[in-house]
Amino acid sequence: MVLGNYKKAVAARSTDSGILSASQDGGIVTQLFAFALDEGIIDGAIVAGPGAEPWLPEPVVATTRAELLAARGTRYTISPNMALIKEATRSYGLDKVGIVGTPCQIQGLRKAQLYPLGMRDVPDKIALAIGIFCMENFPYQGLETMVEDHCNVKMESAVKMDIGKGKFSVYTERGALAQIPLKLTHKYEQPGCHVCLDYVSNLADVSTGSVGSPDGWSTVFVRTKVGDGVWAKALAAGCFETKPIEEVKPGLDLVTKLATEKITKNQKTVEARASFGLKADGSAKALRNPYL
Amino acid sequence: MANKITVGHVHMSGCTGCLVSLADNYEGLFKILDDYADLVYALTLVDVRHVPEMDVALVEGSVCIQDETAVEEIRETRKKAKVVVALGGCASYGNITRFCRGGQWNQPQHESYLPIGDLIDVDVVLPGCPPGAQAIRNTCVMAYLLLRGTDEQKALAAAYLTPLMNLAKRGTEACGCDLMIDVINQGLCMGCGTCAASCPVRAISMAYGKPAIDRDMCIKCGACYAQCPRSFFNFDVINEFESITELIGAAMGQGGE
Repeated sequence: MVLGNYKKAVAARSTDSGILSASQDGGIVTQLFAFALDEGIIDGAIVAGPGAEPWLPEPVVATTRAELLAARGTRYTISPNMALIKEATRSYGLDKVGIVGTPCQIQGLRKAQLYPLGMRDVPDKIALAIGIFCMENFPYQGLETMVEDHCNVKMESAVKMDIGKGKFSVYTERGALAQIPLKLTHKYEQPGCHVCLDYVSNLADVSTGSVGSPDGWSTVFVRTKVGDGVWAKALAAGCFETKPIEEVKPGLDLVTKLATEKITKNQKTVEARASFGLKADGSAKALRNPYL
Repeated sequence: MANKITVGHVHMSGCTGCLVSLADNYEGLFKILDDYADLVYALTLVDVRHVPEMDVALVEGSVCIQDETAVEEIRETRKKAKVVVALGGCASYGNITRFCRGGQWNQPQHESYLPIGDLIDVDVVLPGCPPGAQAIRNTCVMAYLLLRGTDEQKALAAAYLTPLMNLAKRGTEACGCDLMIDVINQGLCMGCGTCAASCPVRAISMAYGKPAIDRDMCIKCGACYAQCPRSFFNFDVINEFESITELIGAAMGQGGE
C-alpha cells in the first residue's frame, strides 16, 4: 500500500521534442496538461511558474501552452500551488481546473474537496490532479545554500538541478556539473516534510516521477477514473511513448523501496513526537499529531 | 420520503451568509429538502416562531449575552436538538463579532458576543465565513446517513464527522495565528498554500513557502486552520475521496459515469 491505489503503472515519456527539451524527465506533467488544455478537459492548470528570483517558483494559473512550457522542470523548493485553487475558479473563471502538486498538496486538495470549509464552489471544479513523487522539499534559502555554498554555483548560472542515485546535482549554463552527496542536503530539508506519509502522491488522478524508470523517462501511476480517462485519451492521441513498467530498470521495486523507507522513517518521527516532552509526573508530553 | 430527519436553522447574531451558503446548493437544497431533511425551523424561510424538537440544529451567529431572547433561544436549542452544529465562523469562534465593543445602534448596550460553544455544548463545528456550500451539503448528507443509514453508512458518516467533532472540542477561539501556533510552531507546515486559498478576506499570503498572516485583516473565522491538511487529516476518510465524492453525488441525484 505504500504506492497507493492505482489502475496501471507504466514508464512513459512525451513524444513532443518541444516539451522534452527542458522537461525534468519524461515531460509527463507538461504533456498531459497541454493535451488536456487542447481537448477542453481543463480550462487551465495551476503549475509552478517562474518567480522573482532564480529557481524560486511562483504558482501560476497557466491557460496557454506557452505558460505550461515556462513551468517545465523541477525546482527543489516550495511552490504553494494550492494557494491558487480558489482563485483559479474566481478571478480566472475556470470551471475545469488542473493542478500539479507534491503529495502533501494533493492531500490538501482532496481534503478541500471533502471538507470544503473555505473552498466554496471549488470541489466540483477539479478536473485533473497530477501528483509528483516527493521525498522531501527545501526552503528557498536552504536550496540557495546547497547550490551556492556546497556546490559553488551561482543560482542564476544553474540550468538544471536533479536528485538521483544518492546525489544532488547542479548543471551550469557553461556545461559544468557540480554534485554533492544527498546526505549533505538533509539538514536543509523542510521540517514539515518529516511527518509526511506519502511518497508517490497516492491521492492524485495521475502521479509521476523519475524513480523506477530509465533516464529521460518517468514512472506513471494512473489512479482514478478521471485519471484513467484522460490518460487513455492522451495515449490514443499519441502524446506518449510507453513501456511496461515490468520491462524497465530499475522498475517498481525501487519505487517501493524508497516509498517504504520514507514512510517508515517519517512514521517514526510521528511516533517520536508523542513523547517529545516531559510532564511533571514523568509521563510523556506530546507535540501535536496531525493524523489523530 | 417518510424517513427524513428534521433540521432547523437557528439564527443568532450572524449575517445570514451561512444560510445563503446553504441555499447556494441551488437544486441540491431542494434535493436535501425533498429526500433527506424537513426544515422545521428557520426564521428566514419557515413560519415557525418557537424552537421545536429537531434532530439537527444548524446554528448561525454568535450569542449576545446581553440579549435575553438570544440566550434563551440557544439554551432552548440545546434542549430540543439531538445534534447541535455551529454553522460558520460566528457560531464556532465568534468571527467578526469578536471585534464588537458595543455602542452600535439600535442596541448600544449589546457588546458581548460569544461563540455558542461558550454557552452550550456543541457537537460539530463548520468553520469558515461562510462555510462553503458543498461543506454544508456534505455535512447534511452525512448527518442523514448517521441517523438513517445502513450500518456501513453510519460508520462512514461517523468517520467523516469525527474531525469536525474534534474541532468542536478543541475550543471556541480561532485566528490566523493558529497557523503559526498549531502548525508552523509545531513543525508541521510544508507550505502547500491551502490556508491562503481558504481565507475569505485574503489575509494570508505565501512568502518563501510559508503563510504570512496579516493579523489586522483576520476576522477569526477559523477557515484556514480547519482547511489545513496538517490540522487534521483522516486517512480513513480522505483516502476514499473518490468513492465518497461519488456517494455524495449519487445522494444529490447527479448522474454517475
